[in-house]
Amino acid sequence: MGLESIFGEGYLTTRIDALVAWARKNSLWPMPMGISCCAIELMSAGDPRHDISRFGMEVMRFSPRQSDVMIVAGTVTYKMAHVIRKIYDQMAEPRWVIAMGACASSGGMFRSYSVVQGIDQFIPVDVYVAGCPPRPENLFHGLLELRKKVGKSSVLDLPDLPPAREKRSDQPGNGKGRGFA
Amino acid sequence: MTPLLNGLVEALRAAFADRVLGVEEFRGDVTVLAEASAVADIAGFLRDNPLCPFDLCEDVFAIDQYRTPRRFEVKYHFFAVRNRVRIHIKTAVDEGDPRVPSIAAVYPAALFGEREAFDMMGIVFTGHPDLRRIYMPEDFAYHPLRKDFPLMGIPGSLTLPER
Ligand code: SF4
Repeated sequence: MGLESIFGEGYLTTRIDALVAWARKNSLWPMPMGISCCAIELMSAGDPRHDISRFGMEVMRFSPRQSDVMIVAGTVTYKMAHVIRKIYDQMAEPRWVIAMGACASSGGMFRSYSVVQGIDQFIPVDVYVAGCPPRPENLFHGLLELRKKVGKSSVLDLPDLPPAREKRSDQPGNGKGRGFA
Repeated sequence: MTPLLNGLVEALRAAFADRVLGVEEFRGDVTVLAEASAVADIAGFLRDNPLCPFDLCEDVFAIDQYRTPRRFEVKYHFFAVRNRVRIHIKTAVDEGDPRVPSIAAVYPAALFGEREAFDMMGIVFTGHPDLRRIYMPEDFAYHPLRKDFPLMGIPGSLTLPER
């Protein structure tokens, strides 16, 4: 195995926490939740000039089941909030959320009836990235901050599991909130 | 007004008599004010007239004039692609009875515009085959572009998932 070849006959002592956190923080797979203009900047974060893969975070997964961090990039309306929550609920633990841009963080310039004034009203947010839109460098800063946070996490930090809820039979999905379908 | 538009307006007046309430002109744009009941017939007339067939319905929308007696105006933009002529139809309805006949049977392009005007302003387009809300959730109870709707909405009228 790789470790043996690096350390020869020797061995390595560490804490399982540190090892797991190290593994987790170096391969965050983002779920690009691009909803509006910020998503364009999220795309340019992946271009050769900015190159998100320098940080080991380039594996954008369009399936929530395969991703660790959801980057919410855009203006979230009340109607969309249910969709985002549904996707977030499908992500496997441990999972993190980045609110990219003013809109996702606080509603931004859309102080109006249809826009959720910050996605932290319905999902937990780990890192807020300021800007309208944030430059890719700023997003990377957010990702690196998240990396620090993940690096400090412990396997014993139990995820924010929602309390058990009775499944409602009159609607599809997980029975959380109210669907509009 | 160009002779072509003038001829059209005269033809409209002749065909619809007192259901055409007036004609306005502003910087070359001609707006025909009409009774709400005549709107669908006027749309059909404009589409089918041999002089200058208006084959494109560019937009349908509503305006809330708030303090005027007939509060809601519904406006239509028609364009004759071949003649490159544009004409506007405007009608006004009362707050208590905001009903306008749908022109969707004449111009299917109006289907979505009418749904939007219904969603945002609460104009009821009679005869529309599928008059549902187009932007807001279907169980939303208000019409948010009305002037008396608060900018930040009505607390509790839109739900969020539980955190
Ligand atoms: S923060 Fe600015 S750039 Fe980003 S989604 Fe909102 S309006 Fe668009």
